Amino acid sequence: MAYLFDTPEQRQRMLAAIGAASVDELFQQIPVSLQLGRELALPGAVSELELEQDLQRRLGQAGGGGVCFLGGGVYDHYIPAVVDELTSRGEFYTAYTPYQAEASQGTLQAFYEYQTLISQLSGMEVSNASLYEGGTAVSEAVFMAMRVNGRDGRVVVAGSLHPEYRQVLRTYFSRLGTEIVEVPAVDGVVSVESCRAALTAETTAVVLQQPNFFGCLEDIGGLTAAAHAAGALAILAFDPISPGLLKRPGDYGVDIAVAEGQPLGTPLQFGGPLLGVFTCRSEYVRKMPGRLIGRTVDRRGRECFVLNLQAREQHIRRDKATSNICTNQGLLALRATVFLSVVGPRGLRQMAELSHAKARYAAERLTSLPGVVLKFERAFFREFVLETPRPATEVLRLLSDRGFNVGPELSRFGGSLGAGLERCFLVALTEKRTRAEIDALVSALGDVLGS
Amino acid sequence: MRNPTATRLLFEMSESGRGTVVFPESDVPDVSGVPVPGVEHLAAGLLPLPELAEPDVVRHFVNLSTLNMSVDSHFYPLGSCTMKYNPKRHERLARLPQAVASHPYQQESQIQGLLSVLYELQGMLAEISGLPGVSLHPAAGAQGELTALLTAAAYFRHRGEQRTRVLFPASAHGTNPASAALAGFECVQLSGGRDGFVDLSELRAQLDERAAVFMVTNPNTLGLFEKDIATIAAMLHEVGGLVYIDGANMNAILGRTRPGDFGGDMMHYNVHKTFTGPHGAGGPGAGPIAVRDFLAPFLPAPVVTFDAARNWYSLMVPEHSIGRMRTFFGNVGILLRGYCYIRTLGGRGLREASDCAVLNANYLLSQVRDFLDVPHGNRCMHEFVASAKRLKEQTGVTAMDIAKRLLDYGFHAPTVYFPLVVEEALMMEPTETESLATLDAFAAALRQICSEPAELVKGAPHSTAVCRPDEVNAARKPVLCWSAEC
Amino acid sequence: MDPETLRFAKTHEWVSVTGDVATVGITDFAVRLLTDIVYLSLPKVGKVYRPGQAMGEVESVKAVSDIYAPVAGEVLEVNGGLPDQLQLLSESPFERAWIVKLRMSDAGDLQQLLSRAQYLQHCGE
Repeated sequence: MAYLFDTPEQRQRMLAAIGAASVDELFQQIPVSLQLGRELALPGAVSELELEQDLQRRLGQAGGGGVCFLGGGVYDHYIPAVVDELTSRGEFYTAYTPYQAEASQGTLQAFYEYQTLISQLSGMEVSNASLYEGGTAVSEAVFMAMRVNGRDGRVVVAGSLHPEYRQVLRTYFSRLGTEIVEVPAVDGVVSVESCRAALTAETTAVVLQQPNFFGCLEDIGGLTAAAHAAGALAILAFDPISPGLLKRPGDYGVDIAVAEGQPLGTPLQFGGPLLGVFTCRSEYVRKMPGRLIGRTVDRRGRECFVLNLQAREQHIRRDKATSNICTNQGLLALRATVFLSVVGPRGLRQMAELSHAKARYAAERLTSLPGVVLKFERAFFREFVLETPRPATEVLRLLSDRGFNVGPELSRFGGSLGAGLERCFLVALTEKRTRAEIDALVSALGDVLGS
Repeated sequence: MRNPTATRLLFEMSESGRGTVVFPESDVPDVSGVPVPGVEHLAAGLLPLPELAEPDVVRHFVNLSTLNMSVDSHFYPLGSCTMKYNPKRHERLARLPQAVASHPYQQESQIQGLLSVLYELQGMLAEISGLPGVSLHPAAGAQGELTALLTAAAYFRHRGEQRTRVLFPASAHGTNPASAALAGFECVQLSGGRDGFVDLSELRAQLDERAAVFMVTNPNTLGLFEKDIATIAAMLHEVGGLVYIDGANMNAILGRTRPGDFGGDMMHYNVHKTFTGPHGAGGPGAGPIAVRDFLAPFLPAPVVTFDAARNWYSLMVPEHSIGRMRTFFGNVGILLRGYCYIRTLGGRGLREASDCAVLNANYLLSQVRDFLDVPHGNRCMHEFVASAKRLKEQTGVTAMDIAKRLLDYGFHAPTVYFPLVVEEALMMEPTETESLATLDAFAAALRQICSEPAELVKGAPHSTAVCRPDEVNAARKPVLCWSAEC
Repeated sequence: MDPETLRFAKTHEWVSVTGDVATVGITDFAVRLLTDIVYLSLPKVGKVYRPGQAMGEVESVKAVSDIYAPVAGEVLEVNGGLPDQLQLLSESPFERAWIVKLRMSDAGDLQQLLSRAQYLQHCGE
């Protein structure tokens, strides 16, 4: 069943118009020696009902039914019903890239609104219409910094930046001869002196994260100043809910700010598809990767929206393009647009404040257990690192058996976060977690450690 | 019915004090035993986001959606994009709890169902391509290309070979050279023959021990199957190079032939094209790749494996993996929709889909060729490229004008001005999920347009909300963001 | 500026020489090919270029083209007003729309360039 239309009689008519005796004849372009000559060895076709029954059986239970305290880049934030409702409209999700502007004003205006909302959220002057996710957004930011200041030999990266973002960076730059210098985090943050010491006249940029991977708050102002003093750009990976409570990247004066936009209305989906947020100073706009939607007027002077500065993109500039990106994360950007429209500044402030308050409460109660400590005695937002007397992988497994999904354990990332972290793991809180759930987690951890 | 007040910009609808989502009051007490963020970290005030009431937000986006053409509402023959029907059952299935709510750092024991689906998909993509090493990791086709090129580079480095050049035809999609440049290769573009195919002697002249990869789309972007593909592959393999198949046009050959069988060593799939991942107004996609088994150890991490003895699925890192191309596993939401599609059709159904895609394209070609030039012959695979060059010479009407006028007839335009090797190109891909009646209506509209007065066509579209946005001014003075001063 | 007195690069730059200073712009042919030009980026004064090295960019809605140094030299002066008056490129491509003045390091580079007649023939191909 392939959602086809034509009856055998219609097929015959079409073949007659073409002047072919059979459909097989149309495939004569393929040399016989290359033809498969058998049916593909795939499971037989199933009806909608059978497929649903099969997948219900395999995917019908969510995450063991546990409560989510997992962090590390994507979070279990609330998604108002309006987001699913509006973005499920076929006119949005079955449209494609708005190459014909007159047939795509819905998409184009929504993305213009997205760009504006992200600009307001981040305090940065201009946003693009999305990249794949947070990790590649960081890599694209470094490429862009190189185009801006003409330095391509060296980039300095905070050791407190998400380890997977750093892995992506290494893969992207593996063949390009760029030196990636990591400044280790000490006691949960990167110091301005150590950053300054790592900067040279060949450094294109410094890459930072706020809050960092540990949930800790860094001295972004000081680190940005150090970068600028060395003629390097400051690139900040920020959290898109945090502006409800904390300073925005633009307020720190960074040059490029990127984010994993998943908390803005996209479900976890085992890590994809996600939303790469990319913003920068408006003077860099012609060096930005990704699609950009601009406002203009049409022949009759009516305001309208259009894909802008396409000459930078791969379909025109080819090997000299600002990026190879073509398909982006359009639908997820649309979800973020609806989400921010409906949540608004007050709702976002509530989300940030609630996540913060719950994280603080959880941290205090968890560290009241014997032998459980906050690994870094520093201010944090939404997540924090706990250390217990037992190996983290064991603790997290036992907690999940009891219905609490906590983590990730820091040892999951090899030595990339530092040494001696085998008993450490992240705990993340959002506005969704109730006091009862937190108290139950404390009790469960107490059981696990006591036994 | 249009509602212009509802489609004002969100920022123009904002009123201070409006708000719509209310979260519960905090149910936790303040605590003092953990460090507090210093004032230097705190926001200055309320964010300048618009304040809107929920009913207004709904009206706004519902009305905006009506300004779009989409597969759900219109025939959308965008060549090279495979705008086929997006089955609704996928939307329900992709929202099953383990699919939608699993965190990437969840315990493996809790995601066995999901991992089993992804593992099966790896196998299905291997069978469809004829290439056994599959990675579901890349976020889209372009990233799939880059991933495969980096995989090839790692393979060559492992063998101690220095290969610096990637070759591709001038008809290639722009992502091909863009990806090659990003991967640190020198790009060598081949002009190709007049007949639209790869010119073997031109290729031979450019091949030496510096050749790493030849990137080719097959069928190519003219909708023609490269009949010499096996020879091309042999030529590359003879100098120790590899062949990369850009899988954007897989919809033409499902179940008929396979990249691994016609000489390809690596390929990417566009799940949002061939396997009905929704196009989403520009994305998201998913660009899984399939490679020969000698390249599999270099694939990015993670890959799903199955331990039959323990009946256990887990994630593993290939032995010489190039590392990560993005965070977490991949675009699972889209991959799942592709999985549902392949399960729904089965092997025979996939072949039927290709059969019908090719039949529809050839039929459309037969209906337009007496009034629009089709430079590369009377037969095609799943798409073909017509040219408005002669019409332009005679009347001044261009491919762009035809595209705009089609909107008035209620059709989305085909792809225009691609591939670059055809002047005034109109690339049409009807796909298999369209009826004979739709194809006839489209052909009739095109026929009509090609005989309409030039001013009428050049003034199109007449029936849409806006007409011919001024792109020159937009590019001279970009306005990418609303601000209160406007 | 009489185009007959100029030298041309195959990449559509023109050169006018006075002493050891080469004034460089792009030709009317290039401007017509690009159609509506939306942006121009100029090199920095003091930068040194080899022949054939990209020293700036000209962008239209449809394309972005590099502007290549036709001869080796150091940038003495750039036409700072041009990016805000892009219409000059079509109105006066050989005069008011000059782009860069280079101090040539080797006048011999001029021998590699084309005469007007040779350039027009090249464009015809």
